[in-house]
Amino acid sequence: MYRIIRQIMKTGIKTEAPPQADDALRVEAQRLQEEILGHIGRALTIRHVDAGSCNGCDLEIHALNNAYYNIEGMGVRFVASPRHADMLLVTGPVSRHMEVALRRTYDAVPEPKLVIAVGDCGCGGGIFCHASGGESYASCGKVSNVIPVDVAVPGCPPTPIMLLQAILTAVASGKKSD
Amino acid sequence: MRLEEFTAKFNKLPGAMPVWHGTVDATQFRTLCEQVKHDGGKLVALWGSDESPCDAGYALHVALVTAAGMLCLTLPVKAERPAYPDISDIFFGASRMQRAVADLLGLHAAGADDQRKWLRHASWPGNVHPLRKNFDGNTSFPTETDAYPFVSVSGEGVHEIPVGPVHAGTIEPGHFRFSVIGDRVLRLEERLGYKHKGIEKRFESLSLEQGAKLAGRISGDSTVAYAWAYAQAVESAAAAAPSPRALALRAVLLELERIHNHLGDLGYLGNDAALAFGFAQFWILKEEALRMNNELFGHRYLMDKIVPGGVVCDLDGPGIDRVLQLLKHLEHEVKTLKDIYDEHAGVQDRFLTTGRVTPELAAQLDLTGLPGRASGQAWDARAQFPCAPYDKLEVRMATHRNGDVAARVIVRFEEIVESIRLIRLLVKLPAGELRATVADVPENALGIGWVEGWRGEILVALHTGKNNSIRRLHPHDPSWQNWPVLEHAIIGNIVPDFPLINKSFNLSYAGQDL
Repeated sequence: MYRIIRQIMKTGIKTEAPPQADDALRVEAQRLQEEILGHIGRALTIRHVDAGSCNGCDLEIHALNNAYYNIEGMGVRFVASPRHADMLLVTGPVSRHMEVALRRTYDAVPEPKLVIAVGDCGCGGGIFCHASGGESYASCGKVSNVIPVDVAVPGCPPTPIMLLQAILTAVASGKKSD
Repeated sequence: MRLEEFTAKFNKLPGAMPVWHGTVDATQFRTLCEQVKHDGGKLVALWGSDESPCDAGYALHVALVTAAGMLCLTLPVKAERPAYPDISDIFFGASRMQRAVADLLGLHAAGADDQRKWLRHASWPGNVHPLRKNFDGNTSFPTETDAYPFVSVSGEGVHEIPVGPVHAGTIEPGHFRFSVIGDRVLRLEERLGYKHKGIEKRFESLSLEQGAKLAGRISGDSTVAYAWAYAQAVESAAAAAPSPRALALRAVLLELERIHNHLGDLGYLGNDAALAFGFAQFWILKEEALRMNNELFGHRYLMDKIVPGGVVCDLDGPGIDRVLQLLKHLEHEVKTLKDIYDEHAGVQDRFLTTGRVTPELAAQLDLTGLPGRASGQAWDARAQFPCAPYDKLEVRMATHRNGDVAARVIVRFEEIVESIRLIRLLVKLPAGELRATVADVPENALGIGWVEGWRGEILVALHTGKNNSIRRLHPHDPSWQNWPVLEHAIIGNIVPDFPLINKSFNLSYAGQDL
């Protein structure tokens, strides 16, 4: 126990550590934190659905939970059920095999609900098909081909900061408070 | 045909890895598989191809590994009778690969026990085979109802828990069907393929140059390993060799990828054993490694840095210092955290004996890669078949025999330490150009790339077409072999330990579903 406490003390609070090479990012992270708090008052819940990604975008969603971005510290939580969620983060082109599961997950989220399409594939189908929108025998392409999307954040993968910005943009659109 | 006759009769492919390729008949095919299994070798990959561009029906290919290297067998299959001899009785892991070949290409393993569909769900009809040359990949079909015959377990008190494809955490989609009595798992059956997005078909519409980007997105967490294997396959087909500097840089990237993935897993394994401290600590380290990647190479996960012919990144003096500085920090922190994990009674209680795969079972079921090394399966291509730059580094393989979650944790710790040692040697970068020009590849050549990624061996088999095009490309993830073994690892454990056991394997869904 002593060693754990010592390690925690030694590590300090990374979320507010003085920035070095990532100065710009950190300032932005703190600005985002305030704005998100202003809009959602410490209670946004997110359900992530991987609809067919390469798992790259999912790695960055995981990173949102690390101490540097500390998304839970902003009151944003990933929840285990769509029934508990305000927002869906959808990664990947939507594989045809995930089409039904994605629709059902969307339907299970209570209104009002928000959807963010994550990454180049979520936004446009990505490199997995050459047709515009990304359809093929195995892919329905971009997320908006299957469910309504409020915000699309490109990137391969989008960085955690870009994901935070997208979450803010979706929340700030006012749809939730309607 | 004896193994020695095979290597004597057939040619070694050009390129970095010891790979022999030859065409065999059905009897030789099975005999060679049996001998490889008997000699303690293993099946790395099995795939099929439509040979109609060469007016020759179909072909089935397997890549086998023995102590001598890799044997790549091609078995021609007639168009009138699209079947080949089953080898799932020899190699346990072959079953799902054979079922995938039946779905995608319509070639059947004659006599195989399990003939159910695997990668196909309900998005295209059973008589349509996407990897046939006469199929247009942009065709789409109305989705039918998917009826998949799960194996049901009956008996008093047995009930089923269906989980997925959408899971409770940020996890890739897949379906798990648990048959349980109380909390104890009698049987787990996996249903994968939800992420199938037609990657192999997509490759056939790309040039060799364009393919590198797609290769880096087969399983995003192994982007470096796939990109290197792809580059090796192209270089093997073109008989091209990158410079020593480019190879050293590739190995730096591969070891960095191993380190950041292992750090992430160790954090989640602590978390799944209710030690949130472990998650917080290891993910700080992982984030620091990712930020350094971005600073020095321009991408947090090192995507698109390895290309056929070499690399498109470099390290200068200050960059090398930055790497060494991170390694020093990681080395110290990881040691501290390992001591904490080792001495934490609660964590060890969850880790020890959980999800056990004994070395005997592992050998029988062809467990490979990192989980294999935790169950006494001593395979690591970097140590056994070291291509440059590993040939000068004497890679120390991490192996353990307990085969439980604890052993898979220890292998990760040891591999981080070894990767740190390797990178320190590798950053004494030799001179050389970053990217050599790759000559045109001959038509109908075979190129094999084979790289020990953090999860296990990644294989890329490339069959070239006209004018530097891709006639057929099969990328192979070690998750193919290890997913079926996970079904055995959970038997007799309690349902709440499944996330921990699953995480300790950390297999790729994307890499398997293609």
